[in-house]
Amino acid sequence: MRHLLSAGELDRDAALLILDTAAEMSALSDRSVKKLPTLRGRTVVNLFFEDSTRTRISFELAAKRLSADVINFAAKGSSVSKGESLKDTALTLEAMGADAVVIRHWDSGAPYRLAHANWIGGSVINAGDGTHEHPTQALLDAYTMRKHLRDGQGALEGVRVGIVGDVLHSRVARSNVLLLQTLGAEVTLVAPPTLLPIGIEQWPCEVSYHIDEVLPKVDAIMMLRVQSERMKDAYFPTAREYSRLYGLGGDRMRLLPEHAIVMHPGPMNRGMEISAEVADSAQAVMVEQVANGVSVRMAVLYLLLGGAKELSQ
Amino acid sequence: MDSARAHDLRTVLSGDDIARASRRIAHEIVEKAKGASDLVILGIPTRGVYLAQRIAAAISEIEGVEVPVGALDITLYRDDLRLQPPRALEPTSIPSGGIDGKTVVLVDDVLYSGRTIRAALDALNDVGRPAAVRLAVLVDRGHRELPIRPDYVGKNIPTSSSEQVFVRLSELDGTDSVEIADGVGA
Repeated sequence: MRHLLSAGELDRDAALLILDTAAEMSALSDRSVKKLPTLRGRTVVNLFFEDSTRTRISFELAAKRLSADVINFAAKGSSVSKGESLKDTALTLEAMGADAVVIRHWDSGAPYRLAHANWIGGSVINAGDGTHEHPTQALLDAYTMRKHLRDGQGALEGVRVGIVGDVLHSRVARSNVLLLQTLGAEVTLVAPPTLLPIGIEQWPCEVSYHIDEVLPKVDAIMMLRVQSERMKDAYFPTAREYSRLYGLGGDRMRLLPEHAIVMHPGPMNRGMEISAEVADSAQAVMVEQVANGVSVRMAVLYLLLGGAKELSQ
Repeated sequence: MDSARAHDLRTVLSGDDIARASRRIAHEIVEKAKGASDLVILGIPTRGVYLAQRIAAAISEIEGVEVPVGALDITLYRDDLRLQPPRALEPTSIPSGGIDGKTVVLVDDVLYSGRTIRAALDALNDVGRPAAVRLAVLVDRGHRELPIRPDYVGKNIPTSSSEQVFVRLSELDGTDSVEIADGVGA
């Protein structure tokens, strides 16, 4: 594996290797010295065209715990806002000797372009591209489910997962559906028809318009953020109506089986897709998802950068 | 291991020899530490972990107290990471009492270049600060590349660097033995 561009390109063995490696990495957070020498002398560039403080600091912490040098390159206030193309930015990073580029971009496919255009020799990690994919989020979600479900035995075969909300614009939903299907879980997407992409019937999952029918049957429910920037496009009449029909409140949460966990990729809109009561309940695992994100990203960085460089074509 | 043909193999330690060696090492550890208190036995994966468990069990038998035993994976501390594809990690388990102020006995199956032990010492350093670190190995085959010396040795086996040493333990391989294969011309 040289790049991580899509959760769909991971086969079962590769996905399990990342998740098992992450489990070993997570032991580090209990230690007094939270540092491994593994990536000493390697340079990781966080190339973020879109704001995302959480994902960026998660990658930054992961790289630093492995002793890599980290450079944060935000598009705002940089050469990009002066009109530099992705190619020229990439060539600049290559000239500076980046071993890996973690890219978040508003355009779907930008990481793929960066990885396959021969502009850079290092690894490319997709940290979210447009409405396409966000593979490390799906990996950390799967990691969190492995820890909580089936007595922590790690098997996700037959586990039922509901994903609720704006699937149309969600790279998190797409990556989760692809990865969970590889790992043998059964996914049901729940959303109003206006927030489902065209061609959804070809995705390897079920689709429902009614959250109340899905909740009693799932082992994990994942609430997607309502992206306020999409609100004005009239995908649903009012925020209140959406919240009433698809939001997860206390009464709805009680429809869930007792062992089920509530997940959210963050940042949450309390009172919108998830109520404060649910967000603060014992079944919510959002804080843990953040911690697991660091372990999973350490695993990805180690597996991409820790060994000998593969010969590029 | 599979490439070694049966007639190339020469057994240097039998199952009984291994059992006697690990019991003797257990006695030596207790003797030197003047008891089993403040001991922590850490095996280096893969086979070192099983040897560590055997030695800890033997010490418990001798002294009548439980000895904390764990595993220390050194993959992320290796000095040859960049020479080969990334390796899968093995579990690390540090006993709940930690290693601060304890006498840690590292256990590995074969001591060769000493680079694994160098990595283990680095890894230990990040886990805590033991009062002392000792090294127990089942086989010392020589050819050290670093100034590292074992405290407890099951058997010294002079080898040429072209030979290969195979340790088999029943927990993993179904049988206990140490064999040497001629590497020349293989």
